[in-house]
Amino acid sequence: MTRHQETVVLFAAIGGVLVFASVVGWLLKRFVAKGAPHGSIDNLNARIRAWWVMVVVVGIALAFGKAGVIVLFGFVSFFALREFITIAYTRRGDHLALAMSFFFFLPLQYYLVWDGWYGMYSILIPVYAFLALPIAASLSQDSTRFLERTAKVQWGLMITVYCISHVPALLTLRIPKYEGREALLIVFLVLVVQGSDVLQYVWGKLFGRHKIAPQLSPSKTVEGFVGGLLSATVLGAALYWITPFAVWQAALMALLIAVLGFFGGLVLSAIKRDRGIKDWGAMIEGHGGMLDRMDSVTFAAPIFFHVTRFFFSL
Amino acid sequence: MRILASLAASTLVGFARALTGVRAIWEGCAPEDVQRVYYGNHSSHGDFVLIWSSLPRPIRRRTRPVAGSDYWLQGALRRYIATRVIDAVLIDRAGTTREQDPIAVLAQAVDDGVSLIVFPEGTRNTTDAVLLPFKSGIYRLALARPHLEFVPVWIENLNRVMPKGEVVPIPLLCTTTFGEPLRLAADETKEAFIERSRNALLALAPRVAQ
Repeated sequence: MTRHQETVVLFAAIGGVLVFASVVGWLLKRFVAKGAPHGSIDNLNARIRAWWVMVVVVGIALAFGKAGVIVLFGFVSFFALREFITIAYTRRGDHLALAMSFFFFLPLQYYLVWDGWYGMYSILIPVYAFLALPIAASLSQDSTRFLERTAKVQWGLMITVYCISHVPALLTLRIPKYEGREALLIVFLVLVVQGSDVLQYVWGKLFGRHKIAPQLSPSKTVEGFVGGLLSATVLGAALYWITPFAVWQAALMALLIAVLGFFGGLVLSAIKRDRGIKDWGAMIEGHGGMLDRMDSVTFAAPIFFHVTRFFFSL
Repeated sequence: MRILASLAASTLVGFARALTGVRAIWEGCAPEDVQRVYYGNHSSHGDFVLIWSSLPRPIRRRTRPVAGSDYWLQGALRRYIATRVIDAVLIDRAGTTREQDPIAVLAQAVDDGVSLIVFPEGTRNTTDAVLLPFKSGIYRLALARPHLEFVPVWIENLNRVMPKGEVVPIPLLCTTTFGEPLRLAADETKEAFIERSRNALLALAPRVAQ
Protein backbone atom coordinates (compact mmCIF):
# COMPACT_ATOMS: atom_id res chain seq x y z
CA MET A 1 0.00 0.00 0.00
CA THR A 2 1.13 3.54 -0.63
CA ARG A 3 1.26 6.00 2.23
CA HIS A 4 -1.88 7.68 0.88
CA GLN A 5 -3.80 4.38 0.83
CA GLU A 6 -2.61 3.54 4.34
CA THR A 7 -3.91 6.85 5.65
CA VAL A 8 -7.28 6.37 3.96
CA VAL A 9 -7.62 2.83 5.35
CA LEU A 10 -6.67 4.01 8.84
CA PHE A 11 -9.08 6.89 8.94
CA ALA A 12 -11.86 4.73 7.46
CA ALA A 13 -11.24 2.24 10.29
CA ILE A 14 -11.26 5.00 12.93
CA GLY A 15 -14.43 6.43 11.37
CA GLY A 16 -15.97 2.94 11.54
CA VAL A 17 -15.16 2.62 15.25
CA LEU A 18 -16.66 6.07 15.92
CA VAL A 19 -19.81 5.26 13.93
CA PHE A 20 -20.13 2.07 15.99
CA ALA A 21 -19.62 4.04 19.24
CA SER A 22 -22.13 6.67 18.17
CA VAL A 23 -24.75 4.00 17.35
CA VAL A 24 -24.19 2.31 20.73
CA GLY A 25 -24.43 5.69 22.46
CA TRP A 26 -27.65 6.46 20.60
CA LEU A 27 -29.15 3.06 21.47
CA LEU A 28 -28.23 3.49 25.15
CA LYS A 29 -29.84 6.94 25.19
CA ARG A 30 -32.93 5.66 23.38
CA PHE A 31 -33.57 2.38 25.19
CA VAL A 32 -31.72 2.46 28.53
CA ALA A 33 -32.13 6.15 29.42
CA LYS A 34 -35.43 6.33 27.47
CA GLY A 35 -34.50 9.79 26.25
CA ALA A 36 -34.36 11.19 29.79
CA PRO A 37 -31.22 12.88 31.19
CA HIS A 38 -28.77 10.21 32.41
CA GLY A 39 -25.37 11.12 33.90
CA SER A 40 -23.12 8.34 32.56
CA ILE A 41 -24.84 7.91 29.18
CA ASP A 42 -24.93 11.65 28.46
CA ASN A 43 -21.27 11.90 29.42
CA LEU A 44 -20.47 8.95 27.14
CA ASN A 45 -22.27 10.62 24.23
CA ALA A 46 -20.53 13.94 24.90
CA ARG A 47 -17.20 12.09 24.87
CA ILE A 48 -18.02 10.37 21.58
CA ARG A 49 -19.00 13.71 19.99
CA ALA A 50 -15.71 15.19 21.20
CA TRP A 51 -13.85 12.21 19.70
CA TRP A 52 -15.38 13.01 16.31
CA VAL A 53 -14.11 16.58 16.58
CA MET A 54 -10.64 15.47 17.73
CA VAL A 55 -10.29 12.92 14.91
CA VAL A 56 -11.32 15.52 12.34
CA VAL A 57 -8.88 18.11 13.77
CA VAL A 58 -5.97 15.63 13.81
CA GLY A 59 -6.91 14.45 10.30
CA ILE A 60 -6.86 18.02 8.96
CA ALA A 61 -3.50 18.69 10.66
CA LEU A 62 -1.99 15.55 9.12
CA ALA A 63 -3.34 16.54 5.71
CA PHE A 64 -1.30 19.75 5.98
CA GLY A 65 1.83 17.69 6.67
CA LYS A 66 4.63 18.75 8.99
CA ALA A 67 3.45 22.37 9.32
CA GLY A 68 -0.06 21.26 10.25
CA VAL A 69 1.21 18.84 12.90
CA ILE A 70 3.59 21.39 14.43
CA VAL A 71 0.89 24.07 14.62
CA LEU A 72 -1.65 21.63 16.07
CA PHE A 73 0.61 20.42 18.88
CA GLY A 74 1.86 23.96 19.47
CA PHE A 75 -1.72 24.92 20.27
CA VAL A 76 -2.21 21.77 22.35
CA SER A 77 0.83 22.79 24.41
CA PHE A 78 -0.48 26.34 24.71
CA PHE A 79 -3.86 25.20 26.04
CA ALA A 80 -2.27 22.65 28.37
CA LEU A 81 0.25 25.16 29.77
CA ARG A 82 -2.56 27.67 30.29
CA GLU A 83 -4.52 25.09 32.28
CA PHE A 84 -1.46 24.16 34.32
CA ILE A 85 -0.42 27.72 35.22
CA THR A 86 -4.04 28.62 36.02
CA ILE A 87 -4.02 26.25 39.01
CA ALA A 88 -0.39 26.82 40.03
CA TYR A 89 0.47 29.32 42.74
CA THR A 90 2.22 32.27 41.14
CA ARG A 91 2.78 35.87 42.17
CA ARG A 92 3.21 39.17 40.38
CA GLY A 93 6.95 38.57 40.47
CA ASP A 94 6.53 35.59 38.13
CA HIS A 95 5.09 37.73 35.36
CA LEU A 96 8.24 37.91 33.25
CA ALA A 97 9.00 34.19 33.68
CA LEU A 98 5.45 33.30 32.65
CA ALA A 99 5.49 35.65 29.66
CA MET A 100 8.76 34.04 28.54
CA SER A 101 7.29 30.55 28.98
CA PHE A 102 4.25 31.30 26.82
CA PHE A 103 5.67 33.65 24.22
CA PHE A 104 9.33 32.68 23.95
CA PHE A 105 10.10 29.11 25.04
CA LEU A 106 6.90 27.53 23.73
CA PRO A 107 7.17 28.90 20.16
CA LEU A 108 10.95 28.41 20.13
CA GLN A 109 10.62 24.75 21.16
CA TYR A 110 8.21 24.10 18.30
CA TYR A 111 10.38 26.05 15.87
CA LEU A 112 13.36 23.87 16.81
CA VAL A 113 11.27 20.73 16.31
CA TRP A 114 10.22 22.11 12.92
CA ASP A 115 13.87 22.73 12.16
CA GLY A 116 14.73 19.20 13.27
CA TRP A 117 17.57 20.46 15.51
CA TYR A 118 17.59 17.51 17.91
CA GLY A 119 20.59 18.73 19.92
CA MET A 120 18.80 21.96 20.76
CA TYR A 121 15.14 21.01 21.21
CA SER A 122 16.10 18.25 23.63
CA ILE A 123 17.88 20.67 25.98
CA LEU A 124 16.15 24.02 25.43
CA ILE A 125 13.72 23.62 28.33
CA PRO A 126 15.70 21.29 30.65
CA VAL A 127 18.80 23.51 30.44
CA TYR A 128 18.17 27.01 29.09
CA ALA A 129 14.64 27.61 30.40
CA PHE A 130 15.62 25.88 33.64
CA LEU A 131 18.25 28.56 34.25
CA ALA A 132 16.63 31.56 32.55
CA LEU A 133 13.22 31.42 34.27
CA PRO A 134 14.46 31.64 37.87
CA ILE A 135 16.76 34.49 36.80
CA ALA A 136 13.72 36.31 35.37
CA ALA A 137 11.75 35.65 38.55
CA SER A 138 14.58 36.82 40.80
CA LEU A 139 14.63 40.22 39.11
CA SER A 140 11.32 41.05 40.78
CA GLN A 141 12.98 40.55 44.19
CA ASP A 142 9.93 38.74 45.57
CA SER A 143 11.29 35.83 47.61
CA THR A 144 7.94 34.57 48.94
CA ARG A 145 7.79 30.80 48.26
CA PHE A 146 10.40 31.37 45.56
CA LEU A 147 11.63 27.80 45.12
CA GLU A 148 8.07 26.47 45.01
CA ARG A 149 7.01 29.00 42.36
CA THR A 150 10.09 28.36 40.23
CA ALA A 151 9.63 24.59 40.46
CA LYS A 152 6.00 24.78 39.41
CA VAL A 153 6.61 26.92 36.33
CA GLN A 154 9.47 24.63 35.26
CA TRP A 155 7.48 21.46 35.81
CA GLY A 156 4.50 22.88 33.90
CA LEU A 157 6.73 23.81 30.98
CA MET A 158 8.37 20.35 30.97
CA ILE A 159 5.06 18.47 30.98
CA THR A 160 3.00 20.65 28.67
CA VAL A 161 5.60 21.91 26.19
CA TYR A 162 8.70 19.71 26.33
CA CYS A 163 6.93 16.36 26.65
CA ILE A 164 4.10 17.12 24.22
CA SER A 165 6.53 18.50 21.61
CA HIS A 166 7.96 14.97 21.34
CA VAL A 167 4.84 13.95 19.43
CA PRO A 168 5.61 16.14 16.37
CA ALA A 169 9.33 15.44 16.95
CA LEU A 170 8.62 11.90 15.71
CA LEU A 171 8.51 13.47 12.24
CA THR A 172 12.22 14.31 12.50
CA LEU A 173 13.35 10.69 13.00
CA ARG A 174 15.23 9.18 10.07
CA ILE A 175 14.35 5.49 9.99
CA PRO A 176 15.75 3.32 7.16
CA LYS A 177 13.09 2.14 4.68
CA TYR A 178 10.48 4.27 6.49
CA GLU A 179 11.16 7.61 4.76
CA GLY A 180 8.07 9.71 4.11
CA ARG A 181 5.88 7.69 6.47
CA GLU A 182 6.98 9.22 9.79
CA ALA A 183 3.57 10.80 10.33
CA LEU A 184 2.20 7.29 10.84
CA LEU A 185 4.33 7.00 13.99
CA ILE A 186 2.24 9.86 15.40
CA VAL A 187 -0.94 8.04 14.40
CA PHE A 188 0.39 4.86 16.09
CA LEU A 189 1.29 6.68 19.32
CA VAL A 190 -1.98 8.63 19.52
CA LEU A 191 -4.15 5.61 18.65
CA VAL A 192 -2.46 3.35 21.20
CA VAL A 193 -2.37 5.89 24.02
CA GLN A 194 -5.93 7.10 23.51
CA GLY A 195 -7.14 3.59 22.73
CA SER A 196 -5.56 2.41 25.97
CA ASP A 197 -7.38 5.17 27.91
CA VAL A 198 -10.72 4.21 26.37
CA LEU A 199 -10.11 0.46 26.78
CA GLN A 200 -9.10 0.88 30.44
CA TYR A 201 -12.29 2.90 30.94
CA VAL A 202 -14.43 0.23 29.24
CA TRP A 203 -12.80 -2.73 31.04
CA GLY A 204 -13.04 -0.84 34.31
CA LYS A 205 -16.73 -0.06 33.81
CA LEU A 206 -17.54 -3.66 32.86
CA PHE A 207 -15.40 -5.66 35.29
CA GLY A 208 -13.77 -3.17 37.67
CA ARG A 209 -13.81 -4.40 41.30
CA HIS A 210 -10.45 -3.62 42.91
CA LYS A 211 -9.33 -0.02 43.01
CA ILE A 212 -5.65 0.63 42.28
CA ALA A 213 -5.24 4.08 43.80
CA PRO A 214 -8.53 5.11 45.40
CA GLN A 215 -6.92 8.15 46.98
CA LEU A 216 -5.76 9.53 43.63
CA SER A 217 -8.18 8.31 41.03
CA PRO A 218 -11.23 6.33 42.17
CA SER A 219 -12.11 5.26 38.62
CA LYS A 220 -8.87 3.30 38.06
CA THR A 221 -9.19 -0.42 38.82
CA VAL A 222 -6.89 -3.45 38.57
CA GLU A 223 -9.29 -5.06 36.08
CA GLY A 224 -9.41 -1.90 33.94
CA PHE A 225 -5.63 -1.57 34.09
CA VAL A 226 -4.85 -5.18 33.11
CA GLY A 227 -7.63 -5.46 30.52
CA GLY A 228 -6.78 -2.08 29.02
CA LEU A 229 -3.07 -2.83 28.88
CA LEU A 230 -3.54 -6.22 27.22
CA SER A 231 -6.05 -4.96 24.66
CA ALA A 232 -3.90 -1.88 23.92
CA THR A 233 -0.97 -4.26 23.32
CA VAL A 234 -3.12 -6.25 20.88
CA LEU A 235 -4.20 -2.99 19.22
CA GLY A 236 -0.55 -1.96 18.83
CA ALA A 237 0.42 -5.34 17.38
CA ALA A 238 -2.48 -5.10 14.93
CA LEU A 239 -1.16 -1.72 13.79
CA TYR A 240 2.39 -3.02 13.10
CA TRP A 241 1.89 -2.47 9.34
CA ILE A 242 1.90 1.32 9.73
CA THR A 243 5.13 1.25 11.79
CA PRO A 244 8.77 0.35 11.12
CA PHE A 245 8.39 -2.38 13.79
CA ALA A 246 7.88 -6.14 13.57
CA VAL A 247 4.67 -7.47 15.15
CA TRP A 248 6.31 -8.35 18.48
CA GLN A 249 8.13 -5.01 18.56
CA ALA A 250 4.91 -3.11 17.88
CA ALA A 251 3.24 -5.05 20.71
CA LEU A 252 6.05 -4.22 23.16
CA MET A 253 6.02 -0.56 22.10
CA ALA A 254 2.25 -0.43 22.63
CA LEU A 255 2.64 -2.01 26.08
CA LEU A 256 5.29 0.56 26.99
CA ILE A 257 3.09 3.40 25.74
CA ALA A 258 0.05 2.11 27.63
CA VAL A 259 1.95 1.67 30.93
CA LEU A 260 3.44 5.17 30.73
CA GLY A 261 0.06 6.59 29.72
CA PHE A 262 -1.51 5.01 32.80
CA PHE A 263 1.07 6.53 35.11
CA GLY A 264 0.82 9.90 33.36
CA GLY A 265 -2.88 9.90 34.19
CA LEU A 266 -2.11 8.90 37.77
CA VAL A 267 0.51 11.62 38.35
CA LEU A 268 -1.63 14.39 36.88
CA SER A 269 -4.59 13.14 38.93
CA ALA A 270 -2.47 13.53 42.06
CA ILE A 271 -1.89 17.19 41.16
CA LYS A 272 -5.59 17.78 40.49
CA ARG A 273 -6.53 16.12 43.77
CA ASP A 274 -4.04 18.25 45.69
CA ARG A 275 -5.52 21.42 44.15
CA GLY A 276 -9.07 20.26 44.85
CA ILE A 277 -10.20 20.24 41.23
CA LYS A 278 -11.90 17.50 39.24
CA ASP A 279 -10.89 18.59 35.74
CA TRP A 280 -8.10 20.73 34.32
CA GLY A 281 -10.54 22.80 32.32
CA ALA A 282 -13.75 22.65 30.33
CA MET A 283 -12.70 23.06 26.71
CA ILE A 284 -13.45 19.49 25.53
CA GLU A 285 -17.06 18.54 26.26
CA GLY A 286 -17.35 15.39 28.38
CA HIS A 287 -13.58 15.06 28.84
CA GLY A 288 -12.74 18.22 30.80
CA GLY A 289 -9.69 20.21 29.78
CA MET A 290 -6.87 19.68 27.31
CA LEU A 291 -4.66 18.15 30.03
CA ASP A 292 -7.38 15.67 30.96
CA ARG A 293 -7.10 14.31 27.42
CA MET A 294 -3.32 14.70 27.08
CA ASP A 295 -2.18 13.50 30.53
CA SER A 296 -1.25 10.04 29.24
CA VAL A 297 0.38 11.44 26.08
CA THR A 298 2.71 13.69 28.10
CA PHE A 299 4.36 10.67 29.72
CA ALA A 300 4.25 8.31 26.75
CA ALA A 301 5.51 10.65 23.99
CA PRO A 302 9.13 11.36 25.07
CA ILE A 303 9.84 7.73 25.99
CA PHE A 304 8.29 6.39 22.78
CA PHE A 305 10.35 8.96 20.86
CA HIS A 306 13.64 8.00 22.51
CA VAL A 307 13.14 4.24 22.40
CA THR A 308 12.25 4.47 18.70
CA ARG A 309 15.19 6.77 18.07
CA PHE A 310 17.62 4.54 19.95
CA PHE A 311 16.65 1.22 18.37
CA PHE A 312 15.37 2.15 14.92
CA SER A 313 16.63 5.50 13.66
CA LEU A 314 19.94 6.26 11.96
CA MET B 1 -16.80 54.81 11.44
CA ARG B 2 -19.59 52.95 13.19
CA ILE B 3 -18.48 49.77 11.42
CA LEU B 4 -14.89 50.30 12.52
CA ALA B 5 -15.95 50.75 16.14
CA SER B 6 -18.12 47.64 16.04
CA LEU B 7 -15.25 45.71 14.46
CA ALA B 8 -12.93 46.96 17.21
CA ALA B 9 -15.44 45.81 19.83
CA SER B 10 -15.64 42.33 18.31
CA THR B 11 -11.83 42.20 18.18
CA LEU B 12 -11.62 43.15 21.84
CA VAL B 13 -14.10 40.42 22.82
CA GLY B 14 -12.38 37.87 20.57
CA PHE B 15 -8.99 38.70 22.03
CA ALA B 16 -10.28 38.41 25.60
CA ARG B 17 -11.83 35.03 24.80
CA ALA B 18 -8.72 33.69 23.05
CA LEU B 19 -6.48 34.76 25.91
CA THR B 20 -8.59 33.74 28.89
CA GLY B 21 -10.98 31.14 27.44
CA VAL B 22 -13.52 32.97 29.61
CA ARG B 23 -16.34 30.74 30.78
CA ALA B 24 -19.54 32.25 32.16
CA ILE B 25 -21.15 30.36 35.02
CA TRP B 26 -24.78 31.43 35.41
CA GLU B 27 -25.26 30.30 38.98
CA GLY B 28 -28.06 32.52 40.23
CA CYS B 29 -29.81 33.63 37.05
CA ALA B 30 -30.03 33.00 33.31
CA PRO B 31 -28.61 35.27 30.58
CA GLU B 32 -31.96 36.94 29.94
CA ASP B 33 -32.48 40.11 28.01
CA VAL B 34 -33.82 42.14 30.94
CA GLN B 35 -32.52 45.44 32.22
CA ARG B 36 -29.90 44.83 34.89
CA VAL B 37 -26.96 46.34 36.68
CA TYR B 38 -24.06 43.86 36.67
CA TYR B 39 -21.66 44.67 39.49
CA GLY B 40 -18.30 42.95 39.85
CA ASN B 41 -14.98 42.88 41.67
CA HIS B 42 -12.43 45.18 40.11
CA SER B 43 -8.76 44.31 39.78
CA SER B 44 -7.90 45.01 36.14
CA HIS B 45 -8.75 47.36 33.30
CA GLY B 46 -9.97 44.29 31.42
CA ASP B 47 -12.72 43.49 33.94
CA PHE B 48 -15.56 45.03 31.97
CA VAL B 49 -14.33 43.35 28.76
CA LEU B 50 -14.54 39.99 30.51
CA ILE B 51 -18.09 40.57 31.76
CA TRP B 52 -18.98 41.92 28.36
CA SER B 53 -17.49 38.85 26.63
CA SER B 54 -19.53 36.59 28.89
CA LEU B 55 -22.83 38.10 27.76
CA PRO B 56 -24.61 36.80 24.64
CA ARG B 57 -24.24 39.29 21.79
CA PRO B 58 -27.82 40.73 21.82
CA ILE B 59 -27.53 41.47 25.55
CA ARG B 60 -23.96 42.76 25.18
CA ARG B 61 -25.12 45.32 22.64
CA ARG B 62 -27.40 46.89 25.20
CA THR B 63 -25.02 46.75 28.14
CA ARG B 64 -22.72 49.68 28.83
CA PRO B 65 -19.84 49.68 31.28
CA VAL B 66 -19.53 52.59 33.68
CA ALA B 67 -16.05 54.10 33.75
CA GLY B 68 -14.20 57.04 35.27
CA SER B 69 -13.88 59.93 32.85
CA ASP B 70 -10.67 61.07 34.57
CA TYR B 71 -8.93 57.96 33.19
CA TRP B 72 -10.80 57.22 29.97
CA LEU B 73 -10.88 60.72 28.48
CA GLN B 74 -7.10 61.07 28.64
CA GLY B 75 -5.56 60.74 25.20
CA ALA B 76 -7.14 60.10 21.81
CA LEU B 77 -6.97 56.28 21.89
CA ARG B 78 -8.53 55.84 25.33
CA ARG B 79 -11.17 58.42 24.44
CA TYR B 80 -11.99 56.58 21.20
CA ILE B 81 -12.21 53.21 22.98
CA ALA B 82 -14.35 54.58 25.80
CA THR B 83 -16.77 56.64 23.76
CA ARG B 84 -17.02 54.78 20.46
CA VAL B 85 -15.91 51.15 20.90
CA ILE B 86 -17.31 50.19 24.29
CA ASP B 87 -19.71 53.12 24.50
CA ALA B 88 -19.02 53.56 28.21
CA VAL B 89 -21.13 55.69 30.49
CA LEU B 90 -18.49 58.08 31.74
CA ILE B 91 -18.74 59.59 35.20
CA ASP B 92 -16.54 62.07 36.99
CA ARG B 93 -15.08 60.42 40.08
CA ALA B 94 -13.52 63.58 41.52
CA GLY B 95 -16.14 64.71 44.04
CA THR B 96 -15.14 68.33 44.44
CA THR B 97 -14.77 69.62 40.93
CA ARG B 98 -17.44 67.69 39.05
CA GLU B 99 -20.19 69.42 37.16
CA GLN B 100 -22.65 66.54 36.97
CA ASP B 101 -23.98 64.20 39.62
CA PRO B 102 -22.77 60.73 38.52
CA ILE B 103 -25.93 59.07 39.80
CA ALA B 104 -28.02 61.34 37.57
CA VAL B 105 -25.87 60.27 34.60
CA LEU B 106 -26.40 56.59 35.44
CA ALA B 107 -30.13 57.08 36.01
CA GLN B 108 -30.38 58.77 32.63
CA ALA B 109 -28.65 55.77 30.97
CA VAL B 110 -31.03 53.45 32.77
CA ASP B 111 -34.01 55.47 31.55
CA ASP B 112 -32.65 55.05 28.02
CA GLY B 113 -33.16 51.31 28.52
CA VAL B 114 -29.61 49.98 28.73
CA SER B 115 -28.07 47.63 31.28
CA LEU B 116 -24.95 48.74 33.14
CA ILE B 117 -21.68 47.19 34.34
CA VAL B 118 -20.36 48.83 37.52
CA PHE B 119 -17.51 48.19 39.93
CA PRO B 120 -18.68 49.37 43.36
CA GLU B 121 -15.20 49.27 44.89
CA GLY B 122 -14.64 52.49 42.94
CA THR B 123 -11.06 51.68 42.00
CA ARG B 124 -8.93 48.70 41.06
CA ASN B 125 -8.09 46.44 43.97
CA THR B 126 -4.34 45.98 44.08
CA THR B 127 -4.21 44.92 47.72
CA ASP B 128 -4.18 41.42 49.19
CA ALA B 129 -7.78 41.88 50.37
CA VAL B 130 -10.30 39.77 48.43
CA LEU B 131 -12.69 42.68 47.99
CA LEU B 132 -12.45 46.34 48.98
CA PRO B 133 -15.30 48.12 50.80
CA PHE B 134 -18.06 49.31 48.45
CA LYS B 135 -18.69 52.99 47.72
CA SER B 136 -22.24 54.20 48.20
CA GLY B 137 -22.99 54.75 44.48
CA ILE B 138 -24.64 51.37 44.05
CA TYR B 139 -27.10 52.23 46.85
CA ARG B 140 -27.85 55.67 45.47
CA LEU B 141 -28.53 54.22 42.02
CA ALA B 142 -30.84 51.61 43.56
CA LEU B 143 -32.63 54.36 45.44
CA ALA B 144 -33.05 56.46 42.30
CA ARG B 145 -34.35 53.52 40.23
CA PRO B 146 -35.78 50.97 42.72
CA HIS B 147 -37.08 48.64 40.00
CA LEU B 148 -33.53 47.79 38.87
CA GLU B 149 -32.13 44.34 39.59
CA PHE B 150 -28.47 44.10 40.61
CA VAL B 151 -26.56 40.98 39.53
CA PRO B 152 -23.28 40.18 41.31
CA VAL B 153 -20.52 38.93 38.96
CA TRP B 154 -17.36 37.43 40.39
CA ILE B 155 -14.40 37.70 38.03
CA GLU B 156 -11.79 35.07 38.79
CA ASN B 157 -8.12 35.18 37.80
CA LEU B 158 -8.02 38.27 35.56
CA ASN B 159 -5.81 40.08 38.06
CA ARG B 160 -3.17 37.41 37.36
CA VAL B 161 -3.49 37.84 33.58
CA MET B 162 -2.37 41.43 33.65
CA PRO B 163 -1.19 42.76 37.01
CA LYS B 164 -1.01 46.53 37.42
CA GLY B 165 1.95 48.01 35.57
CA GLU B 166 2.53 45.03 33.24
CA VAL B 167 2.21 45.31 29.46
CA VAL B 168 2.21 41.70 28.26
CA PRO B 169 -0.84 39.65 29.33
CA ILE B 170 -0.37 36.04 30.52
CA PRO B 171 -2.86 33.53 29.12
CA LEU B 172 -4.80 32.09 32.06
CA LEU B 173 -8.26 30.59 32.28
CA CYS B 174 -10.82 33.01 33.72
CA THR B 175 -14.39 32.54 34.84
CA THR B 176 -17.22 34.96 35.46
CA THR B 177 -19.81 33.72 37.96
CA PHE B 178 -23.22 35.40 37.82
CA GLY B 179 -25.15 35.30 41.10
CA GLU B 180 -28.76 35.76 42.07
CA PRO B 181 -30.19 39.22 41.26
CA LEU B 182 -31.06 41.43 44.20
CA ARG B 183 -33.21 44.54 44.59
CA LEU B 184 -33.34 47.32 47.15
CA ALA B 185 -35.93 46.40 49.79
CA ALA B 186 -38.57 48.98 50.72
CA ASP B 187 -37.14 50.06 54.05
CA GLU B 188 -33.52 48.98 53.57
CA THR B 189 -30.82 51.34 54.86
CA LYS B 190 -27.73 52.31 52.91
CA GLU B 191 -25.44 50.25 55.12
CA ALA B 192 -27.69 47.18 54.94
CA PHE B 193 -27.97 47.26 51.14
CA ILE B 194 -24.26 47.80 50.64
CA GLU B 195 -23.40 44.98 52.98
CA ARG B 196 -25.96 42.64 51.44
CA SER B 197 -24.76 43.31 47.89
CA ARG B 198 -21.12 42.98 48.90
CA ASN B 199 -21.73 39.66 50.66
CA ALA B 200 -23.65 38.37 47.63
CA LEU B 201 -20.58 39.07 45.48
CA LEU B 202 -18.16 37.57 48.00
CA ALA B 203 -20.23 34.39 48.17
CA LEU B 204 -19.42 33.76 44.50
CA ALA B 205 -15.64 33.81 45.00
CA PRO B 206 -14.24 30.28 44.64
CA ARG B 207 -12.31 29.00 47.62
CA VAL B 208 -9.08 27.63 46.26
CA ALA B 209 -6.27 26.31 48.37
CA GLN B 210 -3.01 28.20 48.16
